[in-house]
Amino acid sequence: MNTTAAAAPAAGEKKEYWRWQESVWVDETKNWRDAKFITAGIDVGSVSSQAVVMCDGELYGYSSMRTGSNSPDSANNAIKSVLEKAGGMTLDDLQFVVGTGYGRVNVPFANKAITEIACHARGANYMGGSSIRTILDMGGQDCKAIHCDERGKVTNFLMNDKCAAGTGRGMEVIADLMQIPIADLGPRSFDVDVEPPAVSSVCVVFAKSEALGLLKAGWSKNKVVAAYCQAMAERVVSLLERIGVEKDFFITGGIAKNPGVVKRLERLLKLESVQTKYDSQIAGALGAALFGYTLVQKQGVPAKAASG
Amino acid sequence: MIANYGYKDGSGEYYISIDTDKCTQCPIEHACTRACPKDMYEIITDDYDDRVAAIKAPHRKTLAYDCTGCKPAGGHTTLPCTTACTPGAIRHSW
Repeated sequence: MNTTAAAAPAAGEKKEYWRWQESVWVDETKNWRDAKFITAGIDVGSVSSQAVVMCDGELYGYSSMRTGSNSPDSANNAIKSVLEKAGGMTLDDLQFVVGTGYGRVNVPFANKAITEIACHARGANYMGGSSIRTILDMGGQDCKAIHCDERGKVTNFLMNDKCAAGTGRGMEVIADLMQIPIADLGPRSFDVDVEPPAVSSVCVVFAKSEALGLLKAGWSKNKVVAAYCQAMAERVVSLLERIGVEKDFFITGGIAKNPGVVKRLERLLKLESVQTKYDSQIAGALGAALFGYTLVQKQGVPAKAASG
Repeated sequence: MIANYGYKDGSGEYYISIDTDKCTQCPIEHACTRACPKDMYEIITDDYDDRVAAIKAPHRKTLAYDCTGCKPAGGHTTLPCTTACTPGAIRHSW
């Protein structure tokens, strides 16, 4: 996998501990020109944007980039990163593109928009297998609990996008506050002598002031991070319990990469999440590309793409 | 599919659940859309191409306040939306 490291701060510039690593990957063992159908899924989220390209329903390449202030630009940036790496592939080679995520209606080259709920379920079904029944998507600014059937069709869902508690943004705020790179938060949360109780408020604003109070009271940074990870885990468990947790359980989104939250969540649920070789952040875009593959087989190549 | 619209915050859980399998069988052309005094319901085509009722996006984050007038404190003994929904597809969590 080829990954693009986050840019180092210039002299005098404030270090941004919340910055996570963008990535671009293409399966170089495959030749996309051999594919009958090339489809793409674009997930424009509030914090990150992903593009996934599939050849005949198999993952060919993806990118995971930060979302800018403009959804169309973020979508273009994500797909161009994959196309450049794919060697000669252009937008015209994509026979069906599905947009998803909060910016789904603003993907300029999409043939259809589908909600991220349906796409995450479909993507998790591909990434974790048909035994997946419960999916937790811990996104940048919302949290979704999804129940699906063996085909990845949603049977029950809820989304909490009113409150940033239990979301990636909450974790970014804590990373900046503690001055710990976001990728290190999870591992460091286990570097404590005794597991602390959860912070009493997971509200990002109040958790911030509570974390500062704990630091002043002599808590180590690791202990504060552990308390926050525990609070986030407890928060999302209450969401999951509303739809009912059934095996197998799968986590998508950026926080799936934070073992500090995942392990505590698994402990609370008394259930291990299914591991995958894929990047957990691409689930929505992957599901969108799979919807595109189904649609292009059913409906054929849309007129605009066919004439291109 | 059970679609839960709403949120959980520090004051409690506020979800309106719509069973879309029951909703698609609606014999009275989605009376919920006419019953709600706040006009919170709309008919959408969901991801699986079913025409179903949903809560309009602006109301999904303010249900605790929007629904207050139809709760017992507002003088109602039954909710207009759940009463109008003859297939029994709509439920309030609070």
